[in-house]
Amino acid sequence: MWRGCRRLLWDRSLPIWFPRLPSTAAGSGPAGPCGRRAYAPPGERKRFYQNVSISQGEGGFEINLDHRKLKTPQAKLFTVPSEALAIAVATEWDSQKDTIKFYTMHLTTLCNTALDNPTQRNKTQLIRAAVKFLETDTLCYRVEEPPALAELQKNEWDPVVDWAEKRYNVTIGSSTSILGPNIPASTKETFISHLASYNMWALQGIEFVITQLKSLILSMGLIDRHITVEKAVLLSRLEEEYQIRRWGKVEWAHDYDLCELRARTAAGTLFVHLCSESSTVKHKLLQD
Amino acid sequence: MAALGTPLPTLRALLRELRHAAGRHYRDSPAYRHVLAAFRAHRVTSEKLCRAQQELHFQAATYLCLLRSVREHEALHREYHGKGERSPEEVAGLVGFRLPQQPGGKG
Repeated sequence: MWRGCRRLLWDRSLPIWFPRLPSTAAGSGPAGPCGRRAYAPPGERKRFYQNVSISQGEGGFEINLDHRKLKTPQAKLFTVPSEALAIAVATEWDSQKDTIKFYTMHLTTLCNTALDNPTQRNKTQLIRAAVKFLETDTLCYRVEEPPALAELQKNEWDPVVDWAEKRYNVTIGSSTSILGPNIPASTKETFISHLASYNMWALQGIEFVITQLKSLILSMGLIDRHITVEKAVLLSRLEEEYQIRRWGKVEWAHDYDLCELRARTAAGTLFVHLCSESSTVKHKLLQD
Repeated sequence: MAALGTPLPTLRALLRELRHAAGRHYRDSPAYRHVLAAFRAHRVTSEKLCRAQQELHFQAATYLCLLRSVREHEALHREYHGKGERSPEEVAGLVGFRLPQQPGGKG
């Protein structure tokens, strides 16, 4: 059972899109005279740059590692529309010490996915994939036993579902059957038209968050700033938290997955907010 | 809006995380300066419930969560994640042998 769970959890990690680095010095793992080993860890790239800086080009903001410009895995120039996002990506690259750990650079991965679009989906396909999650939304699937868990689900998940129904003027409901709730077509239409108001980059981020949390309602709560990232992750993992409280915690599994889920969700939410904002500062003069 | 409380603890924790991430010259890093400038710009408003201030606070809390969980995840990974197999040279070195050198390749 545990291995099945781990396979489900590993599936969360697709798609991972590693950035391509300008230098071509690829360090392969130590290979003995007998050739490749069965499980050879990939060679780690050392940090080859000293300074990370940001510059503004025609398409947006670019990242410079020393004097070389950062490129995506498909060799396109790495440009982001927002300065705050560029600063955050530069901080990610700057915080790598000795070796470069791509699995910690979530914002870079998201930008690369948005720039390259490796699955080549257009806006309608993305929205359709996102709304499809509503049929299998975590918050809509309730258990009947154990009664303590059913009670916990009712107390924690019902307020969020009610908020979503009120905010978007839809009916969602919840069910205890294996087929799940019956979502009316008008609800799906409402969500489709709401998501259509976001640009392509923000949609990639939204779809990423939905895939991580396994819930459309929680992701909308995050995007609308109704709940914090920690709360959303807690609600997504409610059953796991219940079992942890009952049977105890395993640090190398539970904490590891919790931190990874928090990191990915926070990165996705930040990405969406930075890609879809436009801020203007109105300076008011003091009257004296 | 999420129940976030006052922005001061969030700002302090965020600056501390940026200090961990940046290293020695953290005060010159673009992220540190940007965060401080953004918080200073949104400090004084004439409204009681400033939406932009709350949006900034939420973004800061999200970024703080990101930095903190990445740091914890990396620590857990370093401690618990498997290191992979040893290379044949290392295995031979465990019992004190060295692999033979064959200048012409294997025969």
